[in-house]
Amino acid sequence: MQGVKNTSRRRFLLGGVAVTGALVVGWGVMPPRQRLNAALPLPVHDGSVALNGWVGIGKDGTVTVAMPRSEMGQGVYTALPMLVAEELDVPLSAVQVVQAPIDKIFGNIAMLKDGLPFHPDDTGRLKATVSWIVGKVARELGLMITGGSSSVKDAWEPMREAGAAARAMLVAAAAAEWSVRPEDCYTGNGFVAHADGRRLAYGALAERAVTAAPGEVRLKSPEQFKLIGHPQPRRDTPSKVNGSAIFGIDVRPTGMLYAAVRMSPVIGGTVAGVNSAAALKMPGVVKVVDYSSALAEKTGAGAGVAVIARSYWQARQAALALDVQWHDGPLAGLSSAAIYAGFAHQLDSEDGYAYYKAGDMNVVEGKAAGVANTVNAEYRAPYLAHAAMEPINCTAQVKGGKVRVWAPTQSPGFAVDVAAKVAGVAAGDVELHVTMLGGGFGRRLDVDMIAQAVAIARQADGHPVQLIWSREDDTMHDVYRPAALARFSATLDAQGNVLGYDNKSASGAISHQFFKRNLGLPPGGPDKTTAEGEFDMQYHFPNQRIRHVIVDSAVPLGYWRSVGHSHNAFFKESFIDELAHAAGKDGVAFRRGLLLQHPRHLAVLNAAVAKAGKAPAGRAHGVALHQSFGTIVAQVAEVSVEGTEIRVHRVVCAVDCGLAVNPNIIAQQAESGVLFGLSAALFGEVTIREGKVEQTNFHDYPVVRLNQAPEVDTIIMPSAAHPEGMGEPATPPIAPAVANAVFKLTGKRLRSLPLKL
Amino acid sequence: MITLNINGKDVQVDADPSTPILWALRDNLNMTGTKFGCGMALCGACTVHLAGQPIRSCVTPISAAEGQKITTIEAMENDKVGKAVQEAWVKIDVPQCGYCQSGQIMSATALLRTNKNPSDADIDNAMSGNICRCGTYQRIRTAIKDAAKAIA
Repeated sequence: MQGVKNTSRRRFLLGGVAVTGALVVGWGVMPPRQRLNAALPLPVHDGSVALNGWVGIGKDGTVTVAMPRSEMGQGVYTALPMLVAEELDVPLSAVQVVQAPIDKIFGNIAMLKDGLPFHPDDTGRLKATVSWIVGKVARELGLMITGGSSSVKDAWEPMREAGAAARAMLVAAAAAEWSVRPEDCYTGNGFVAHADGRRLAYGALAERAVTAAPGEVRLKSPEQFKLIGHPQPRRDTPSKVNGSAIFGIDVRPTGMLYAAVRMSPVIGGTVAGVNSAAALKMPGVVKVVDYSSALAEKTGAGAGVAVIARSYWQARQAALALDVQWHDGPLAGLSSAAIYAGFAHQLDSEDGYAYYKAGDMNVVEGKAAGVANTVNAEYRAPYLAHAAMEPINCTAQVKGGKVRVWAPTQSPGFAVDVAAKVAGVAAGDVELHVTMLGGGFGRRLDVDMIAQAVAIARQADGHPVQLIWSREDDTMHDVYRPAALARFSATLDAQGNVLGYDNKSASGAISHQFFKRNLGLPPGGPDKTTAEGEFDMQYHFPNQRIRHVIVDSAVPLGYWRSVGHSHNAFFKESFIDELAHAAGKDGVAFRRGLLLQHPRHLAVLNAAVAKAGKAPAGRAHGVALHQSFGTIVAQVAEVSVEGTEIRVHRVVCAVDCGLAVNPNIIAQQAESGVLFGLSAALFGEVTIREGKVEQTNFHDYPVVRLNQAPEVDTIIMPSAAHPEGMGEPATPPIAPAVANAVFKLTGKRLRSLPLKL
Repeated sequence: MITLNINGKDVQVDADPSTPILWALRDNLNMTGTKFGCGMALCGACTVHLAGQPIRSCVTPISAAEGQKITTIEAMENDKVGKAVQEAWVKIDVPQCGYCQSGQIMSATALLRTNKNPSDADIDNAMSGNICRCGTYQRIRTAIKDAAKAIA
């Protein structure tokens, strides 16, 4: 039985199933952490049968694959079916995805393990033990979440195993039919064949395979891969070029009405009163509802008033005509300036939590002999909005004790839970349809919009209601990337060697807020997201200390593509450049000297630098190297400065993400990650004044446009290592790469984001 | 009731004349290929053609479209240039989340109708009103050039 997890031998046994017809018994006695069979059957189409929790096969040979992750542009509808198709030996075109039911086998274990605050070089027993326990707990929690660049990493074993197990059952069924040994059969292109020339299509075997005993199941070795490692076109592209892809905002259940909301402009404010007389007279308006009391809990998004109407335009016009009075609440006086001042005060007065310490703290504190040079610097990053192109929305229907929800969500489990809570029904009475996501970037991990839509739908007399936030709502009521303040102090000897390295930063804690909002967990303890990218850095400094002070500003915080790495990489990689300058060395040469124990990082850096070549006249190359979500990325940004305008012409992006499952999508994600980070580097800033977010739409929260977009030249390092994350790791290095180039061009060290000359 | 000509067909829309074309398409006619992004003509997700010109349908009232032809993403596969653009988008694998791509394709098609061989500067001018948060810009540029070759 324990062979199921022991994939290092590239085989596993479905123990206990070697008796004919005993499959269900066999599944029942598998270890509790098995991820092959769900409690609920796979929802296959008519004419199909399920061979395990992930794979169904139809009479026509169509393969149904359970899809536990959400497609938000990162390519999971292509990459995850590839894992099954590879081991099942079917063409990718034979596979269709079906939304996975809520079940523990679909929980995201890799993501939770990544949330542990251990140094990547740590090989100690504590890390191993805690990782094992978290893996077990994660299995029990069964959180179905798309985030943390973890989809392929998490699915790598279970989805290949599901494909291989199904294949073995089909082979066993064919072997029984022909009275031959399974070992003498082979598979390819959706058929089982025998050396004597007989062959049977999977579709013809599927029903018999359900009760076939698979015996020993073998996973392919990498040299046998036909799909994995080879660029595959995205399967969702055709529907995304003709307008037929269905996003959350596009669902049209019968009888649907639309809702627009007014939420308190002051964060955390509540409704004091509303005069809806004018709104109710407007065309198409059905109802005005104060849904606040129906919200089961504070979910980050605001209480407020909704207008339900026959079209969204009518709902929105009427919502603007509402006369709402607000209780501003305790944050009415909040400002960005006060928040940064609070960070500085806390850094002065608190020790914080030490995420990593190495060597002699006296040296870290600057008390070493032979100090020739001391470098101190303070860095800062603002709050950021996600600004996904599809504005926040959710469609819900509450009728006869049942709830139906259509949502572009990254968190189907939390979505069901919050819908049930708000509607006052059991989770089993909630039917969730996950649509395509018009961008997620972490915003759709939160389920505030689902709580709100269900709260409104409760008062819609059984009609489905589509709640759509305006772009202004979306920008002003986000869960923001935390603002942060970081201090660095380092000492160098006369040869430019770093003697001591000290870093302390302050910010709010995303995970404290998120797990309180979504699981009701009391906040406490360290939060890895605050210091990630600092404490787990790849550079070797014999004496170092990385600390963080959590300062909860009450601004709602959320996971934003690359999370803590998004700002911490800017701090660290800029400060490393400062140290190189202080040591009188080139930034690349200086980094190479710190990577002697990290050959993979060194290779990635060297690959990027070699491809970048020499900067043309009038431009400079800035370099950054950063590891996040298991993937190592080096970027070289080719930058020019005209007046106060920073222009990025080209970015070489080298990635080591382990085995490259689909190089086409990896390149897409590299391009995408760079551009997302560049928007933040050049423009991104959410500011707070009198308790309100000041930005509202793309004119005051600008993002990179086509005429400002550099060419991204991606290098994928060859690797046979376990696949790692790709949705986020290209985002963190671009801001410091650009800032380091600006320093070369102007001599100005920009220590605050966005970069402004 | 206002009569609109959409993709070559006259349709009746029961909406106030001030209603933006975007919402008449999406809510009155259930044509959801055209997307809402910003409501202020800042992002281009809602781009359609009005009398052959790319316009932002989120700020253009249906009253302005009476007696003129509206063309949407749903009709692009019947359009020689539009189809070439869609095919180039597939070949280059442009979309990621895909939400902005209807608008991108409408802008690109309008560009290639009047300019068979656009320069980088022409592409900048025609496409910089369309935001893509997934950052597919370099593939958009490549795909426009590819489509230009295909229709040459």
